[in-house]
Amino acid sequence: MDIHEYQAKEILAEYGVKIADGGLAYTPVEAVQRAREISSSSWVVKAQIHSGARGKAGGIKICKTHDEVEKAAEELLGKKLVTHQSGPAGKICSRVYIEAGTNFTRELYLCFLIDRSSERIVMVGSTQGGMEIEKLAKTNPELIHKVYIEPAVGLQDFQARTMAFALGLEDPKLLSRSVKIIKGCYRALRDLDANMLEINPLVVTDNELIALDAKMSFDDNALFRRHKIAELRDKTQGDHREVAAAEQGLSYVGLSGDIGCMINGAGLAMATMDMIKLAGGEPANFLDVGGGASAERTEKAFRLVLADKNVKALLVNIFAGINRCDWIAEGVVQAIKNIDMKIPLVVRLSGTNVAQGRKIITESNLPIIMAETLAEAAEKVVQARNEMVARGI
Amino acid sequence: MSILINEKTRIIVQGFTGKIGTFHAEDMIKYGSNVVGGVTPGKGGQKHLGLPVFNTVKEAVHQAGAEASIIFVPPAFAADSIMEAADAGIKYCVAITDGIPTQDMMTVKSYLRRFPKEKRMLLTGPNCAGTISPGRSMLGIMPGHIYIQGNVGVIGRSGTLGYEAADQLRMLGIGISTSVGIGGDPITGSSFRDILEFFESDPETKVVLMIGEIGGPQEVDAGVFAKDNLSKPLISYIAGLTAPEGKRMGHAGAIISSAGESAAEKVALLRELGVTISSTPSDMGKTVAEVLTKM
Repeated sequence: MDIHEYQAKEILAEYGVKIADGGLAYTPVEAVQRAREISSSSWVVKAQIHSGARGKAGGIKICKTHDEVEKAAEELLGKKLVTHQSGPAGKICSRVYIEAGTNFTRELYLCFLIDRSSERIVMVGSTQGGMEIEKLAKTNPELIHKVYIEPAVGLQDFQARTMAFALGLEDPKLLSRSVKIIKGCYRALRDLDANMLEINPLVVTDNELIALDAKMSFDDNALFRRHKIAELRDKTQGDHREVAAAEQGLSYVGLSGDIGCMINGAGLAMATMDMIKLAGGEPANFLDVGGGASAERTEKAFRLVLADKNVKALLVNIFAGINRCDWIAEGVVQAIKNIDMKIPLVVRLSGTNVAQGRKIITESNLPIIMAETLAEAAEKVVQARNEMVARGI
Repeated sequence: MSILINEKTRIIVQGFTGKIGTFHAEDMIKYGSNVVGGVTPGKGGQKHLGLPVFNTVKEAVHQAGAEASIIFVPPAFAADSIMEAADAGIKYCVAITDGIPTQDMMTVKSYLRRFPKEKRMLLTGPNCAGTISPGRSMLGIMPGHIYIQGNVGVIGRSGTLGYEAADQLRMLGIGISTSVGIGGDPITGSSFRDILEFFESDPETKVVLMIGEIGGPQEVDAGVFAKDNLSKPLISYIAGLTAPEGKRMGHAGAIISSAGESAAEKVALLRELGVTISSTPSDMGKTVAEVLTKM
């Protein structure tokens, strides 16, 4: 789960990281009020969206007067910002963060994340802050410094100092500040079950280190024990279909194709989507209905997929392991009777009681196209989709 | 032979008396697995499914000779159960539980590393379907009847995609020595590479099928290991060709978050390392059959 910059900064401030004076606004009038409250000669109005690279997309505006703050807020609020990380649909900006302008001499990069190879938290730093770290990793890998932290003992001071020296923070005052910040970030990541915490840039002023931008992402599996973090979720930032699916306990990812999918198991779902692609189609979604695909759950899943108006054909692929094909077939038949479905449906069942399952579907006399193998299912659904398109639907 | 489990392996179920634990314990017993009891703290001394219930894993090891365990404990308590098993001297543990926090798994792995290698419990999962040595023992939640005994070693992340592979092999009359689910989480007990080592030393296994997916470095690491250390052919399919960057595809670990983690990149790297690729999921069985014919 991602959170906004202002939320990440509030958390970091609690953990001893210095941030610039700032405040949140939902309207241009509020934005001006916030600017009045912050004594500064310049202000930065920042769009709060769950995406990086906001600056290039016009989501960050530097203002010299209160009038400029108002104008910047007016421009950003209610607007969809498309960055190269947000996807083509962009993200809606419904709040802006007003911050005091900060003069700095250097921009650094600091990040903590869970490294899957070493199964440890890794701290990543660079003197080239403000840049995209992925690009830097390709062009100048020698400028990226990594420190791996042993989970049993946690981050040690010498490791924090190692990073501080690598970032050129030898000055005694900056050194002690940076050790404090680095340790605070590590504690925040551990205490709150974050997967990632990034400060880019971390800027150096006369005698201070300030987090000018901050990003945090949390482990969905740990939200059951992090209630305060779970409350920070901003539903407007997710794909509305994905938000609706999550509320019903379904794992769904919206894509841009037009063949809807409903599959049990994440791996089989990805594999089925691959088959659709290889057969010349484009999947509209990933949807894992899970192990116990009851009639009720099946109907919910159908409604979710069909809510996407792009969908021109639907493929159901279920491998019955724990459950049985006859139960699933009954669920599919019942769901279709309850929903007024106008697009072709291809069903492929395999596993336990497959013959009984197929019989139920055939005897229902519903216009369901049956398939035996994965390849056949993909070909049939792509064909059905093409026929719909040819008929101008 | 098979790897990790056989008909003699003495199995306990952690989370034995719960609904899910009960359901799958019954299924494993029906399959012929040597289940010798289970653990539910506070219910020690009772009988469940005609078998003894213990308060601690240590008691199960001492009194019932437990060697392997399977975990159905809810996510919030699963890491604790895994570490209890490791401490008690369980040799092999399968964690079925889906939804364990990543940092808990980091702690588990760090705890396991404290044991010298010969005393270290082997863990597969979490978030997996378990392990089966067809005709001998099932330590998992898979439909046992789709697996036939044979010479193909299978390692996969996903449950149902693994079933799909087993089913394709069965249709072609090809059997499996052992099928191991390593799970779909970002941090897993064992990697593909770890399990390849077991298959290398198993005379019954002639080829290995590795069913991978997007996210993480594991598949390519296994390919690098296989190039120099696996004397048997390795066949692989990588799921997730259509997965967009930065989106979690169901499994907590199935997310492309850096270079080299997409299906296309993994396939290209594995090909370079000499791995035979099944480019579609419907050809996993056929590709294994072709490799076997050439041998």
